[in-house]
Amino acid sequence: MKLEITELGFSYPNGKQIFGNVSFDVEKGDVFSILGPNGAGKSTLLNCISNLNEPTQGAIFLDNEKIQELSLKIFAQKISYVPQIHKPTYAFTVEEFVAMGRTPYMRTFRKLNNTDDYIIGQAMDQVRITHLRKKPYTQISGGERQLVTIARAIAQEPDFILLDEPTAHLDFGNQIKTMKLIKNLAEKGYGIIMTTHNPDQVFFVGGRVGILNKKGQFEMGEANEYLSEDRLGYIYSEPVHIFYSHALKRNVCTSGC
Amino acid sequence: MLKNISLKEKRLNFSALLVLLVVILGALVIVSLCMGRFPISIPEVIQVLAASIFPLPQVGDANVESVVLTLRFPRVVAAILVGGSLALSGAVYQGVFQNPLVSPDLLGVSSGACVGAAIAILIGIGTFGIQIGAFAGGILAVALTTTAPKLIKNSSNMMLVMSGIIVGGLMSSIMGIIKYIADPETELAEITYWQMGSIAKVLPKSILMVAPAMIVAIVIIMVLRWKINVLSLGETEARSLGINVKTTRRIVIICATLLTASSVCISGTIGWVGLVVPHLGRLMVGPNNMKLLPVSFVLGGIFLLIIDTIARTITSAELPLSILTGLIGAPFYFYLLKKERMNLS
Repeated sequence: MKLEITELGFSYPNGKQIFGNVSFDVEKGDVFSILGPNGAGKSTLLNCISNLNEPTQGAIFLDNEKIQELSLKIFAQKISYVPQIHKPTYAFTVEEFVAMGRTPYMRTFRKLNNTDDYIIGQAMDQVRITHLRKKPYTQISGGERQLVTIARAIAQEPDFILLDEPTAHLDFGNQIKTMKLIKNLAEKGYGIIMTTHNPDQVFFVGGRVGILNKKGQFEMGEANEYLSEDRLGYIYSEPVHIFYSHALKRNVCTSGC
Repeated sequence: MLKNISLKEKRLNFSALLVLLVVILGALVIVSLCMGRFPISIPEVIQVLAASIFPLPQVGDANVESVVLTLRFPRVVAAILVGGSLALSGAVYQGVFQNPLVSPDLLGVSSGACVGAAIAILIGIGTFGIQIGAFAGGILAVALTTTAPKLIKNSSNMMLVMSGIIVGGLMSSIMGIIKYIADPETELAEITYWQMGSIAKVLPKSILMVAPAMIVAIVIIMVLRWKINVLSLGETEARSLGINVKTTRRIVIICATLLTASSVCISGTIGWVGLVVPHLGRLMVGPNNMKLLPVSFVLGGIFLLIIDTIARTITSAELPLSILTGLIGAPFYFYLLKKERMNLS
């Protein structure tokens, strides 16, 4: 199973281009992070790959099939999308919310069956939110809401999970928990694409990284080779410091000289 | 004991609750058939009902039979159908617009349907024409109401409510023009009747004409209630879960509007039911439309049946239903605004 992004570009109807010539591919078990300054178009790029926005140039292929040619239902069975945390209008319980991940498998006259219930239970177990299942989604913390949305994505039984800034609005502890979970999902065989503002998270999850700069240009490489102090410093217009931590056994990225 | 369980679970067991509500509705039907200017005892009512269903010999007074079957029964059916439909369409609008503050009347659908019906009366194209007119007016109103926030590029809850007020205001002005040019002897009286909100003069014939459209709309809504849940998460998430948002939304809104317009055909505009009852339902079973929609329909039926029974028994003259629904609905809406003020934006 391979998700292939080829020469993708997006422009507004007024002709202003957000990004162009984005090409990369992701297989199951891969992690691909997208970095870039505010307003560079990371979310738009992710939305194009999620089939929420239509790209104006290029195309996206899922196992050699153009994603626009797949039905929305089939697409949702293969790729799930985790939006940024938000407070929903209605107080669905956590369990009801996760159950909506089964929507791509529902037929018009069919209700949830035992298999669905099992998958929903498994998804909640996997992100350790089973104890919250009867709680209203509106009354849990932001970190818990992020986990619930990821559980819903897992309940879709996808091959790829796309996450839009999964750590936005989360406290320090919850950011780390979420990143651990994402790394764990990749190890379990899900292909992951996520946008993030924190280069350190890219070192943490490993894999490849693409950088979208303000001019809408896209470059990519292996996280450890590609992310350099110069490159990040240029992107964020601030000096960035990268060093190898022997305690963490990975590169660490920080700033504020 | 029962209270303890319900407190612990917070939300009542759904099937048990639905059965309980249907039983309550059944009991209320019988009580309502007893009440009126000509009181009839419960055994008599049951006898008449049984004789009309099963091939039993009709016993007792022919007057009793005619009061129960010809005068009161159509009214009871109309109250349940209209109350249930308004509550259901309110719950559906609240779901698809992700906005717990909207209802058929606040979106302007009721007044739009009323204008449509009034124009049909003015042209004089018969009962079926009135039905078509009401539906066309309702669709036009909901289209206008949902377009305004898009033009202003503000999709907040308040904007949609404001837009509904604008459209509602526009529709009542058009209604004023229609009344102004209507023939005071015949048309004006008939048009005024639509606006009053009453099922006093309902005929079995007019219920039978409207009921098929209502039943079709109810069935489609019930079939789509899982998708209404997903739509209530917002456009992006619904699409990422494999729902064709535009088509599904359109079908659901058309069905809800058909329900509102059909109710207007039977009874004119009756306010508040579509706003208050879904909230009451949500307090009982939560926001899951799989449960909320059936519960709202039955609750709406119960609510309007009680209101209508009061309206025809409390004084010798009939009270318009909107007076009573408003007396109960307005304070309840205030209570909700107070309770949910943190979530309004």
